[in-house]
Amino acid sequence: MASSLLELRSLQKAYGAIRVTDNVNLSVRPGELHAIIGPNGAGKTTLIHQISGILSPDSGQILFDGEDVTHLPMHQRVRRGLARSFQITSILPAFSALENVALAVQARSGSSFRFFGKVAQESSLNEAAMEYLNVVGLGPRARVMAGLLSHGEKRQLELAVGLATQPKLLLLDEPLAGTGHEESLRVIETLKQLKNRITIMLIEHDMDAVFSLADRVSVLVYGRVIATDTPEGIRANEEVRAAYLGEEEIA
Amino acid sequence: MTATFFFIQVLNGLQFGLILFLIAAGLTLVFGVMDFINLAHGVQYMVGAYLVAAFSAWTGSFGWGLLLALPSALAFGLLLEALIFRHLYDRDHLDQVLATFGVILFLNQAVKFVWGAAPLSVPMPEILSGSVEIMDGLLYPVYRLAIIGAGLLVAALLYVLVSHTRVGMLVRAGATNAPMVSALGVNIRRLFMIVFGFGAMLAGFAGAMVAPILSVQPGMGDNILILAFVVIVIGGIGSIRGAFLAALLIGLVDTLGRSFAPNLLRLVLDPSAASQTGRALAPMLIYIFMAAVLFFRPSGLFPAKR
Amino acid sequence: MTQMTQLQSAPMPSAATRLDFLPIAVFAAFAVAPFLASSSGAEGYVLSLLTRVMIFGLAAMSLDLILGYGAMVSFGHAAFFGIGAYAVGILASHGVEDAIIQVPVALAASALFAALTGAVSLRTKGVYFIMITLAFAQMLYFLASSLAAYGGDDGLTLPSRSLVAGSGFLDNDFALYGATLACLLGAYMVSRSIVGSRFGRVLRGTKENAIRMEAIGFQPFHFQLATYVISGMMAGLAGCLLANQAEFVSPAFMTWQRSGELIFMVVLGGLGSLHGAIIGAAAFILLEEFLPEIVHAATFFLNDDLRSRLTENWQMVFGPILILIVLFARGGIMGVLRRGSHG
Repeated sequence: MASSLLELRSLQKAYGAIRVTDNVNLSVRPGELHAIIGPNGAGKTTLIHQISGILSPDSGQILFDGEDVTHLPMHQRVRRGLARSFQITSILPAFSALENVALAVQARSGSSFRFFGKVAQESSLNEAAMEYLNVVGLGPRARVMAGLLSHGEKRQLELAVGLATQPKLLLLDEPLAGTGHEESLRVIETLKQLKNRITIMLIEHDMDAVFSLADRVSVLVYGRVIATDTPEGIRANEEVRAAYLGEEEIA
Repeated sequence: MTATFFFIQVLNGLQFGLILFLIAAGLTLVFGVMDFINLAHGVQYMVGAYLVAAFSAWTGSFGWGLLLALPSALAFGLLLEALIFRHLYDRDHLDQVLATFGVILFLNQAVKFVWGAAPLSVPMPEILSGSVEIMDGLLYPVYRLAIIGAGLLVAALLYVLVSHTRVGMLVRAGATNAPMVSALGVNIRRLFMIVFGFGAMLAGFAGAMVAPILSVQPGMGDNILILAFVVIVIGGIGSIRGAFLAALLIGLVDTLGRSFAPNLLRLVLDPSAASQTGRALAPMLIYIFMAAVLFFRPSGLFPAKR
Repeated sequence: MTQMTQLQSAPMPSAATRLDFLPIAVFAAFAVAPFLASSSGAEGYVLSLLTRVMIFGLAAMSLDLILGYGAMVSFGHAAFFGIGAYAVGILASHGVEDAIIQVPVALAASALFAALTGAVSLRTKGVYFIMITLAFAQMLYFLASSLAAYGGDDGLTLPSRSLVAGSGFLDNDFALYGATLACLLGAYMVSRSIVGSRFGRVLRGTKENAIRMEAIGFQPFHFQLATYVISGMMAGLAGCLLANQAEFVSPAFMTWQRSGELIFMVVLGGLGSLHGAIIGAAAFILLEEFLPEIVHAATFFLNDDLRSRLTENWQMVFGPILILIVLFARGGIMGVLRRGSHG
């Protein structure tokens, strides 16, 4: 067993002259909640796109669970246990909440090339999906069309879908973006429960959330990782303070 | 002898390609700038041919006929835009395909209703009839040369318009990123109207130009529309340069394929099989070519969008 | 706010269940129609018209499978019509007249064409997909037009309808009607099963959000291609039936206008309900059949010359109807029914 679940080695990605990912080396240890913070435009989302397989890096390596996944398409990474959520809510609006999750369960249980039998009545899928909905607190809303859920509920649903793929590592791209105060408290509560069960890589703007949840924090500025440390260490780091000067106060 | 024949076919291919370009230019802009798929672009070509036929008969001169047909084609395009297409810009491609298909059904019948089902012929202008010897023993019709000239002229004009004027700049920007252009405070509706009307006029011009050498009849725009689509898909949607190169390529491949495929196949097959397969293969060539291009370059040779 | 969303999302209203009987009503009507036809005095005409309705219903339904459920806008679906019809025609002209061979050959050829062209087409997206499916269909159209041995442009007249295991019972119009109805019903049940299955759920999910499907571990391409092949085979079957109904095969079966008409039928009926496509096809064919008379009757106030010219060019009315439906009747006939039963 490798000592790190996810390892980025000298990852590079440039758009023209702009280096959006600049020699990034990073490792996520099994079981930890590893947060990535950085000012706007630091390249956080580009980084998560490369890890999940939407974008491919110009050079460098992505090792997941000891295996080189740099050139695997997204769906194969997911099958190896690398799931993600999207910054912009990405659910199936015309499917019920339950069906959204059941589809993810289905992806991990048996062939989907079955043309007969009503999938909506497969209790094994529905029961498993219901469990994940309960984990994120959406159980009572299972039958509601996903498109009709509130914004915060959609974020929770997205978490449930991510969990249902049974990931070893869950990449969360700003799960709190656009949520109201109460909704974000609920999502943070869910994340606290989850953090002991799976490894999470979290990209988030909300500093309070990051510092209360994270085991370790990496700071990304202009595509470079300038520090990786415990939350306390990051708070004390001079370079990090300089990068954030005038941007946000790290309290 | 074969060299002369080959040269004539190249000229024919060029002429066909330039006509295709006139049609494809408007189509690719409308597509690129408005993300609007307009199947009715082919009937605008047909309408151009009918207009020039009607006006030539009325004035007794092709020149006057053409002069009257161009603004009429423009006006007709703007009318269609205002009546129908304007309401489709925000719809998905399926709705656009269907509604513009309805326009085709209507106009193909409407010209029959007005002018009858029999093909009309348009007399060739006196000074452009006859042939000219452009090489030793190579006679070529003047009118076809005139089409080549007119096509090249329009292509040059378009190039200047698109790359050196304000509207052209907006069109280029629109093809790359339409929401951004609209966010800049440009009146996007008016830009659409200009592009649309201009495209319709170009298609009408193409129809008017070919009227003297083809028969003017209902449905004449249908097959050429498909070819124009092939052109813009190969060229890359929204790219004038792509449309120009792809139009010439398609014109040449199609014309030369039809004349030479049977002969070429004779090298590997016996004569009767060669001529049969050749005749079957030739019209399929450009579609095979298109499939091959899209297989390797799914957004065409010169994609305008990033 | 939350209360309101709860209100909207209350369990599906009973109106939906009322519409659930619609497919049963449609098939019941098809089953009863021949018995009524025999008392109409124009039995042959009614039977052949309704057989055509069902054949186009089958083709439109197969298109709905990729269009309404898979969001793949194919503008070349008539090609499969042609493949099915030519499989029957070409085999028959070589003396192979039994459907037991013809139909499997037609299905295999349709599947092969769908797999090859689908694999290329599905690499592209949006408008490019529409265009490339159109181009492939055109390719086949020109191929058929140039097959001099099989009639070229003029097409090919069948020596007789297909035999079934050596028996010529399809020569009877009732029997052909019954066979067509059986095919339509069979294809409907298979399609219904597919869209409700595991496979269908992935397909519907892909339509809504392909990236999301990848993000939970599916590869949409495989599902879309499989659907494309299934849909192509069903349309190929419709082509076999059409050849038998017309006793004639021609490149005109696969013009791009025909592909456009098939899309029209699906949208007219309402996307994504399967039986909606059948209803749309019926509406289209019947409209096509009776529009000349309707136009003639509706223009009683015009002088004879104008009136006869309008009647002759009745298709002129078709275009505006299509445009109006697209602009104003979203959801097609099914949409109107749904709204009606909600109100």
